[in-house]
Amino acid sequence: MAITPSRRPTYYEELKAKGYSRRDFMKFCAMMGAYLGLEASGIAQVANALETTPRIPVIWLHFQECTCCSESFIRSSHPIVADILLDKISLDYTETLMAASGHRAEAAMHKTMQDYNGEYILCVEGSVPTADDGVYCCIGGRTAEQVLEETAAGAKAIIAWGSCACNGCVQAAKPNPTSATPVHKLVKGKPIVKVPGCPPIGEVMAGVIVHILSFGRLPALDRIGRPKAFYSKRVHDTCYRRPFYDAGLFVESFDDANAKKGYCLYKVGCKGPMTYNACGVTKWNNGTSFPIQSGHGCFGCSEENFWDNGPLYRQMANFPGFGIESNADTIGMVAAGVTAAGIAAHAIATNFRKAKVIDEHIEEGKEAEKEL
Amino acid sequence: MASSIASPKKLRRVFVWELPVRIYHWLNALAIVALIATGYLIGNPPALLSASEASERFFFGWIKFIHFAAAYIFFFNFIFRIYWSFAGNKYAHWRNFLPISKQFFKDMWAVIRIDILLKKDTEHVAVGHNALAGFFYFLTFLAFILQSITGFALYANMSDWWFADLFSRAGWLFWNEEFAMRNWHHATMWFFIIFAMVHIYLVFYHDYVEGRGEISSMGGGWKFMEEEFFEKKEEKETKAK
Repeated sequence: MAITPSRRPTYYEELKAKGYSRRDFMKFCAMMGAYLGLEASGIAQVANALETTPRIPVIWLHFQECTCCSESFIRSSHPIVADILLDKISLDYTETLMAASGHRAEAAMHKTMQDYNGEYILCVEGSVPTADDGVYCCIGGRTAEQVLEETAAGAKAIIAWGSCACNGCVQAAKPNPTSATPVHKLVKGKPIVKVPGCPPIGEVMAGVIVHILSFGRLPALDRIGRPKAFYSKRVHDTCYRRPFYDAGLFVESFDDANAKKGYCLYKVGCKGPMTYNACGVTKWNNGTSFPIQSGHGCFGCSEENFWDNGPLYRQMANFPGFGIESNADTIGMVAAGVTAAGIAAHAIATNFRKAKVIDEHIEEGKEAEKEL
Repeated sequence: MASSIASPKKLRRVFVWELPVRIYHWLNALAIVALIATGYLIGNPPALLSASEASERFFFGWIKFIHFAAAYIFFFNFIFRIYWSFAGNKYAHWRNFLPISKQFFKDMWAVIRIDILLKKDTEHVAVGHNALAGFFYFLTFLAFILQSITGFALYANMSDWWFADLFSRAGWLFWNEEFAMRNWHHATMWFFIIFAMVHIYLVFYHDYVEGRGEISSMGGGWKFMEEEFFEKKEEKETKAK
């Protein structure tokens, strides 16, 4: 492998150095092409890009998060994902996986920021606390907000990994004590790809990166910034239990016979009908399963503010301001009952208060009737 | 036999609700009943006991289909009604619904006094919509708009038609939370249920107390006004001259 000091190795060169065969490489390209929904010729494009383009430097920041996004990523089904895209080769800075620590790590990050100004990809995992001057998340003596501002300035694009970076996830749920803020609300003027999920699917994360590598631009995004390839369909639309939904066959409780038969989990709170993600197609853990397949409804982890939108095990949310256990229907029924009582009272009162005019009409009508 | 009524009232036929208004009314009523029935079931599916395979049934699919089909009828019917509020007669005119004059508020107060608080001292006669009813119809129009926007926004993903997609941006109104949008769509249903209860009661009330054919007016379009009502109006007009 002839690498001149001025030239960074390409992904393929790194792979060969790692001992992967050409066959492994092509398998990886085919797999990624399939996930991205490319036609057959697109696979050659992916392969060509990985062969010829030097790796893109990546800075991967961790703020208010649980690292489940990183965990999901390194468990992506093809080993090349973890080995090449994520390993020391690609990542110039990531708190969880880098070898360096302390000042050296900070120095490495700054070197990348200087050497590749305007070229590097900034990946953000976690939300940024803005309350109390950001004291709730400090790295190397600086707040998350400062770190983000600094690194975002020279980034080519930003990938917001997971629901934390996309919408704040659990730490932004009411009352959001640290004012956990998603990336897009803090960084303006940079292209941001949102890859929500708690965590996002590893293959989806790999797919987003491979797309950027292969085509040199961001994947097509929907109106709130998610890659269309993975977030344009609801979990409901790709769910293998959908026929039970359409048939009206539902699990009533988790221990009933319907649950055993694999009926639809809608009535025990499945949020698949409101959740945009690729779980039903790509699945998890090397395509083994996904929540609904294991008998638990989707709780919409890739949706905005899913923690505050009602109980996980019920279809309808609690109605704001009326305490727990009261959804729109319980309140509606009470309101309808009160209305019915009001109507009954008014009808009775009418017969007393308007008796004179009603009697007149009746008399008048009776007179006319006699003349016929 | 001597009549206990000094002078029996003579009634004159007045054409109030034109055919398009009546068709609109009943299409709207049918669509709303279908939407409420299916919408309630979508939020609270019944527990079915069935041994049949899912492939043999399409119960919930039909419920949803009826909901979506009724939604289209409801929406375009409403658009037609907006057109007719410019093209129709004076009882169909948009001025009946928007409280934009002092007189409108005075009339609303009169209706509240006479029909809600059941005061006996005066009578307030309205040939078409009374002011309070008109204002409540205006509120239902707002609910129509809210339901149409949230409904089609939820539906947009299931449709290839650009029309439904027009509404997909409405998610923004609900902080991009489709859960929240869905819950508000469901909660607003109760406004329609309660409106229908009060509306039907008041139609019976007016027919019973006033005897001018309130109930049948939405069938044939006629209401029956006393001769003296016309005379009084003429008197007023000659005085004004």
